[in-house]
Amino acid sequence: MKVIELNKKATASNDRDAALLREELKSRGLFLINLMSAAGSGKTTFLSRTIKDLEGRVPVGVMEADIASDVDAAAIEALGAKSIQAHTGGCCHMDAAMTREALDAFQPEGGMIVFLENVGNLICPAEYDTGAHLKIMLLSVPEGDDKPLKYPLMFEESDALLITKTDALPYFDFDLEAARKRALALNPEIAVFPVSAKTGEGMAAFEDWLLGRYRAFTESA
Amino acid sequence: MHEMGIIIHLAGTLEETAREEGLTRISRVTLEVGEVSGIITDYFEDCWNYFKKRHPVLEDSRLEILTIPAVTYCSACGREYETVKYGRECPYCKSGETWLVRGNECVIKEIEAE
Repeated sequence: MKVIELNKKATASNDRDAALLREELKSRGLFLINLMSAAGSGKTTFLSRTIKDLEGRVPVGVMEADIASDVDAAAIEALGAKSIQAHTGGCCHMDAAMTREALDAFQPEGGMIVFLENVGNLICPAEYDTGAHLKIMLLSVPEGDDKPLKYPLMFEESDALLITKTDALPYFDFDLEAARKRALALNPEIAVFPVSAKTGEGMAAFEDWLLGRYRAFTESA
Repeated sequence: MHEMGIIIHLAGTLEETAREEGLTRISRVTLEVGEVSGIITDYFEDCWNYFKKRHPVLEDSRLEILTIPAVTYCSACGREYETVKYGRECPYCKSGETWLVRGNECVIKEIEAE
């Protein structure tokens, strides 16, 4: 028996798998986005809008991750976009190995923007690197502007925060500026976009930002 | 379940280590778990005892958990304070410009193996 000092993160194997996957995808020109939020914040509606708006500009694919059912994948396919439903086998988040498996089944074409719609959960998905090149999170108006205070990690980890369902602002006590300030206090680099996927308000600003990040990615590949 | 996800990766990391180091049996795994990591140690140990049976190298292992107290640093006044007691707001100068120094980790400190 011997004692071996490791000082390794418990999730070290996942971090390594994720870094490998990220490099591989880059060499294939695939831009992977990890889309995270609580359940019911409007991920699928937001994606549907984005797919319609980006049609003819860049190919978009969606990998839906849920514990069960294929309702989200069916909604995306109805728009004519390439989509796959992945199941996490009861797990509360996607990790790098599950993402690789989903991508192998999905077979996206080179040059595609692939959205990984993570399990609806504001906590666990933030802790696992999936191998994505960009992390985007959603916070919907009905959830409340205090969420950055309660669940800071996802705000700290994300490149962009979309405040969704802004068409519902008149009906909720949601302070847009307070939410923005709280998110920026946790992560001064985060890009904040208030949007309504229903009316389309604010979507163009987000899509321009996204295309800018996509171009920077393809140019560095 | 949150703890289950971490255990799956922990087992993966340990199996990998065993392969690299040529180990056949790990008898003790010592983890450092931060006070605000969100890990509930009772659940965590139950998950471990269930999950280790799937990995021959971990089958007889015992999990030892060392709790790391959470500490926050205030960038306004430069002092450190206990996170769990005072939260995000600095108890000395009331600033909200504070950062967690430690207490969110889940690190494999050492293992006993052959």
